[in-house]
Amino acid sequence: MATAPAPLPDSPSPVPPKYQPLASSSTHLRRRKLASTLFYLLCFGVTLLSFFLLAWIMSGIFKQGIPYLNQQFLTSFPSRFAEQAGIKSALYGSVYVLCVTAVFAIPVGIGAAIFLQEYAGDNRFARFVQVNIANLAGVPSIVYGILGLALFVRALGFERSVLSGGLTLGLLVLPIIIIATQEALRGVPNSLRHGSYALGASKWQTIRRQVLPIAMPGILTGIILSISRAMGETAPLIMMGALTYVAFVPRGLRDGFTTLPIQVFNWTSRPQVEFQAIAAAGIIVLMTVLLSLNALAIFLRYRYNSRL
Amino acid sequence: MNTSSLSNLADKAMSESPTRKAETPSARNSTPQFNVAMAAAGEQNATPVIVEAEKINLFYGTKQALKSVSIPFHQNTISALIGPSGCGKSTFLRCLNRMNDLIEGCRTEGEVTLSGENIYTKGVDTVMLRQRVGMVFQKPNPFPMAIWDNIAYGPRLRGIKNKAVLGEIVEESLRGAALWDEVKDDLKKSALGLSGGQQQRLCIARALATKPEVLLMDEPCSALDPISTLKVEELMRELRGAYTIIIVTHNMQQAARVSDTTAFFLLGELIEMGASAKMFTDPSDKRTEDYITGRFG
Amino acid sequence: MAMENPATSQIPVAGGAATLGSVAKNSESLSATRKKPLEIALFWIFALCAAVTVFTTFGIIAVLVTESAPFFREVSLARFFGEKEWAPLFNPPHYGVLSLICGTFLVAAGAALFSLPMGLLAAIYLSEYASPRARNIMKPVLELLAGVPTVVYGYFALLFITPLLQNGLESMTPTLQRVTGNPNLFPTIEVFNALSASIAIAIMTLPLVASLCEDSLRVVPRALREGAYALGATKMEVSLKVVVPAALSGIMASFILAVSRAVGETMIVALAAGASPKITLNPLESIQTMTGYIVQVSMGDVPHGSIGYQTIFAVGLVLFCITVLMNLASISLVKKYRHKYD
Repeated sequence: MATAPAPLPDSPSPVPPKYQPLASSSTHLRRRKLASTLFYLLCFGVTLLSFFLLAWIMSGIFKQGIPYLNQQFLTSFPSRFAEQAGIKSALYGSVYVLCVTAVFAIPVGIGAAIFLQEYAGDNRFARFVQVNIANLAGVPSIVYGILGLALFVRALGFERSVLSGGLTLGLLVLPIIIIATQEALRGVPNSLRHGSYALGASKWQTIRRQVLPIAMPGILTGIILSISRAMGETAPLIMMGALTYVAFVPRGLRDGFTTLPIQVFNWTSRPQVEFQAIAAAGIIVLMTVLLSLNALAIFLRYRYNSRL
Repeated sequence: MNTSSLSNLADKAMSESPTRKAETPSARNSTPQFNVAMAAAGEQNATPVIVEAEKINLFYGTKQALKSVSIPFHQNTISALIGPSGCGKSTFLRCLNRMNDLIEGCRTEGEVTLSGENIYTKGVDTVMLRQRVGMVFQKPNPFPMAIWDNIAYGPRLRGIKNKAVLGEIVEESLRGAALWDEVKDDLKKSALGLSGGQQQRLCIARALATKPEVLLMDEPCSALDPISTLKVEELMRELRGAYTIIIVTHNMQQAARVSDTTAFFLLGELIEMGASAKMFTDPSDKRTEDYITGRFG
Repeated sequence: MAMENPATSQIPVAGGAATLGSVAKNSESLSATRKKPLEIALFWIFALCAAVTVFTTFGIIAVLVTESAPFFREVSLARFFGEKEWAPLFNPPHYGVLSLICGTFLVAAGAALFSLPMGLLAAIYLSEYASPRARNIMKPVLELLAGVPTVVYGYFALLFITPLLQNGLESMTPTLQRVTGNPNLFPTIEVFNALSASIAIAIMTLPLVASLCEDSLRVVPRALREGAYALGATKMEVSLKVVVPAALSGIMASFILAVSRAVGETMIVALAAGASPKITLNPLESIQTMTGYIVQVSMGDVPHGSIGYQTIFAVGLVLFCITVLMNLASISLVKKYRHKYD
């Protein structure tokens, strides 16, 4: 049984001579090492390049827009004259729309996540809903605009109002909130739920007193990310007919509105250079708010992850 | 190489195991196989030293994991490294093919020579080193590709492209790892479909395919069931004579069964090293004795 | 639906100090009491919340189908997919949606050409090469950048990339003339062109691809990498021949998602790609995508109810179907991948 071990084929095989000195290297090995180094440089270069590209975008926009960024820009309505134009109505419009979005999407999103994670087991309905949500997260935003146009603007008769816009964006970000909340709920150890049940708590008591508080940072991250996503969305609002020239501040849910990204889009698509420059100023305002929101969310997540 | 059928091998393994467990260490010496081993280990000069570690100090950050460990390993013998968990035996094993280089914050001092060359001097290529010093891990880690591609992976890296040559190497390696008869019809199937024991023998075959001088085995049987373990042990004995095998094991019976020499580690230090038969019957250090008897008793 | 055992749910937790009375009340027969109405109500409220997502999908399908039905009564599918031209507002009108689809995929393919390989390489760098410290800085920055609104990239495409391309092409013209031997060759790039939009979409999807691919690569067990190193593989060989193949389904999923994103991207193409639908493979020309067309019509003064207006629902339906197919492919790949290393 235990005779000499396998004599590996040695005559025809072009295996390099066995046991070369460690420090020597054949041409073939040198080539492999060189390829490996080049590959490293390529990966590193591409990573650097992608950061460079983004830095380039930001600095370009910053240079264009900063001269126009002043108090008058923030407090004026849009105008036919670039130097008098401002983003007051867009700022108010964004805030109004986002309030509607938040009031609708946050409770519904959290509720749906609680249902999927805590109540629904692993049945076909739950699996269907899950795939449906993942798919909705990837549906182009303009399709939500079509839905908002047909459903809110026309069928429900909300017109081209803050309410229609907010609800449309609410549907758009719902999958993001649900997915993030589910993720957070999944992170709560089952032992906590069992411990609570063992003390005679009901399902809802367990969720409210044990599960939700622990999952809160994760849920909060999802909420912030989804609000910032809604804030940057342009296409669905244009689609459902948000106005591009608004020289008033919306007074209620049924008023017309414009938002920051729509205003930026509008200015960008004009041929005059001055309007393109104030578009850049608008972008700076938009990005400042958005990036602060995102940075807060990411900070929350990383802190939360490192705590776990 | 004599590749008897699988059932034969399994039968043999099965029939041997109960008797072996009942044997006393001294009785085991009468097995002819182990007499040869004893001779090799006992005389020290029977085969030349191929790998020699000298005064290895290893640090993870500021924590010292190995303290001045020096061990010679003789060509074509099986050496076992034993000791309680966390004693540094696996860490030491990974020094021998510089796998510790991959760990952030790990620093090694001292010398390891392979056929007289220090593997820690500048200019030593870890790629070349690892071609010559193969390794088998605790958990089988087949690549998620076909069995054939798993075995051909190493030779392909060396630039062998000829399918016929690769096929020959694949067959020889699988035969060498006593796996050929079980998988010869499924070479194109994913290696992940194999059982744990088969996966581990596949990993051994994969290591053999690069024709290493030395084969390091890091608790190769810890994730396997007893029958698979016996097959791997059988395999090790068959490979002895052509390969220098260094094995880390938690299982002292295994160390006694397969190895020629045994080294005992405790808290990062080498306590004692010698012929396995002597180590397991008449250890010179009290701590070795405590460890061995503690486990056996 | 896995409602919990009624035996556990009806005993209320009595705040801080449980009075004797309430305890006594709880020791009534377990089977006699009914589930609290609040618990039942909440169950149905949460279920309704989940159902909102299902309604959304059905709502989208219903709107797209019913609103485009009049259009398809007028224009046969054969005409819709058979004609070469898209000019629904002209007289006589043409309804060949292929030119919009072609524009969409020209832009998306161009973007994929840049963003997929670059994203994967950046992901390999982050997961295989970068030190933990570098990764802990770069990964959040990537995620931060994934949140830049698309209208910003549209601005950038129109006002930075296009002029850059125009200048670049101009300075290359003498060389091109020499190489081709044609002194009358004056390649031009239009103000609105597919290439600028492609580049901007590539920059937009790059962080997404890099971040998702990096997640997939990191799931590959360390043992596989060590196995390859132990066989004497170089770092590149470990990355490309073991880690990437092992993570392939996850990588493919993120690729598909990125392409789906590019197909559905609206603001960049609306600003930079132009409004001239045509079947072409030349990225230097002005084209129109499905999304670009929808925006153009919805901003114009096409009367509601006219066949010209209904086209946006027909185009929207095509867009929706294409992206849903891609999303489902991506979702099933992700599922497959998750099971692999559980």
